Amino acid sequence: MGLFVQDKDIVVPGQELAEGMDYLPSGDVIREKDKLISIKVGTVSINNRFVKVIPLAGKYTPKREDLVIGEVVNIGFSGWRIDFGWAFEGNVSLKDAVAEFVEKSADLTKYYNLGDWVLTQIVHVAGGGKIIDLSMRGPSVRKLGPGRLVRVTPSKVPRIIGKQGSMITLIKDSTNCKIFVGQNGYVWITGEKPEQELLASEAIAKIEAESHISGLTDRMKVFFEEKGITRKE
Amino acid sequence: MTYTQRFDGRKIDELRPMEAKIGVVERATGSAMFRIGKTYAVAAVYGPRELYPQAMQNPLKGRLRCNYNMMAFSGSGERVRPGPSRRSKEISLVTEKALAPLVDLTAFPSTVIDVFVELIQTDAGTRCAGICAAALALADAGIPMKDLVSSVAVGKVGGKIVLDLSKEEEDHPDGATDIAVAMSTRTNQITLLQMDGEVSADDLKEALQLAKKGCDAIKNVQIQALRDRYYQEGNNE
Repeated sequence: MGLFVQDKDIVVPGQELAEGMDYLPSGDVIREKDKLISIKVGTVSINNRFVKVIPLAGKYTPKREDLVIGEVVNIGFSGWRIDFGWAFEGNVSLKDAVAEFVEKSADLTKYYNLGDWVLTQIVHVAGGGKIIDLSMRGPSVRKLGPGRLVRVTPSKVPRIIGKQGSMITLIKDSTNCKIFVGQNGYVWITGEKPEQELLASEAIAKIEAESHISGLTDRMKVFFEEKGITRKE
Repeated sequence: MTYTQRFDGRKIDELRPMEAKIGVVERATGSAMFRIGKTYAVAAVYGPRELYPQAMQNPLKGRLRCNYNMMAFSGSGERVRPGPSRRSKEISLVTEKALAPLVDLTAFPSTVIDVFVELIQTDAGTRCAGICAAALALADAGIPMKDLVSSVAVGKVGGKIVLDLSKEEEDHPDGATDIAVAMSTRTNQITLLQMDGEVSADDLKEALQLAKKGCDAIKNVQIQALRDRYYQEGNNE
């Protein structure tokens, strides 16, 4: 009876996490008879009676209201198709992208062209992820200017942002770059100098590799100090 | 003539040395290498991605699609003719069936999850090594799985029930029976059972007991590999 694992333990698919009815399955945990079983590789998170597994690997699955970064891959008569790393492309319809009146035969490339990168928000997911509506209206969505793209495991995104954005602020202040993080694990870095952008992507790679080990913020501060960067407070 | 001493000096219930590694194919969603003796299998998982032709899409759940391939230079001596063959198509199918009951693809409707199993070097037991590698690669790709799968061959060589046959044993002059078995690691449910040769009902039961023992040992190697991937990356705690 009881728990077989501790908080933050690394577990594998099929591993028994708990026995008995005292604990309840949450994300990526299933109940089979009286046992709780992990269905992914990840770290255990125990919250009162709820046991969940935070996956350490895997592709992004779209969720409503997520901000994602994607590329314009197709233009239709009344909208754009965006590839954001999921099995299916998302659709931005004209009314969710442009405020002004657009003529029927207008050239849509003047708003968003093929190959443009955008930070966009998922407004609707249907058909189990086959149909995805995106929106270019809202406070943080935008077309992304020149910069570089870094891809990380989607489950590591919360660690890159940090508590109340503490980690991302640390990187922004230390490298003097603008950074946008999509929930799909795409990170867009724009800086004045290429060296700054490279330093930011190096920092993000370090977070991705070490995110499951505690004391990450302190280690990142040391990382920037070793690079000889004094942060403006 | 009975088979008293195994060709490579192993005990009758001893596996060949094993090794497993996760994340060997950088561009894949998930990947793994599994080695048993001189048999090397590399598996790479891509997806979930959109399934074409569209008529094959299932709006209720995703599809698992496996591909088994022995590389041209992999055999012991003779060149393997490249490209699909009757044999590789069959093994692709049984690999798929061995894994399908344990993966839950209801979260990915209309998509496909591609599993490519490549055998770099072969010395019998390729489908088993392939299944072990594929199970690890699926776990690394973050595909929901109720359980891992371990697989091993058992058989009867010269009148003796032995675990994990080598190529030399499969080609024993007195004849050999080769039984490929795959089991889920936690519940020991059989997901693959194939036999080449003849064996009595009692011998089969004995062989399956031996396979269970072998799968347990393989399971430990597989689980350790999955954990090592994340412990090593962070230079330990």
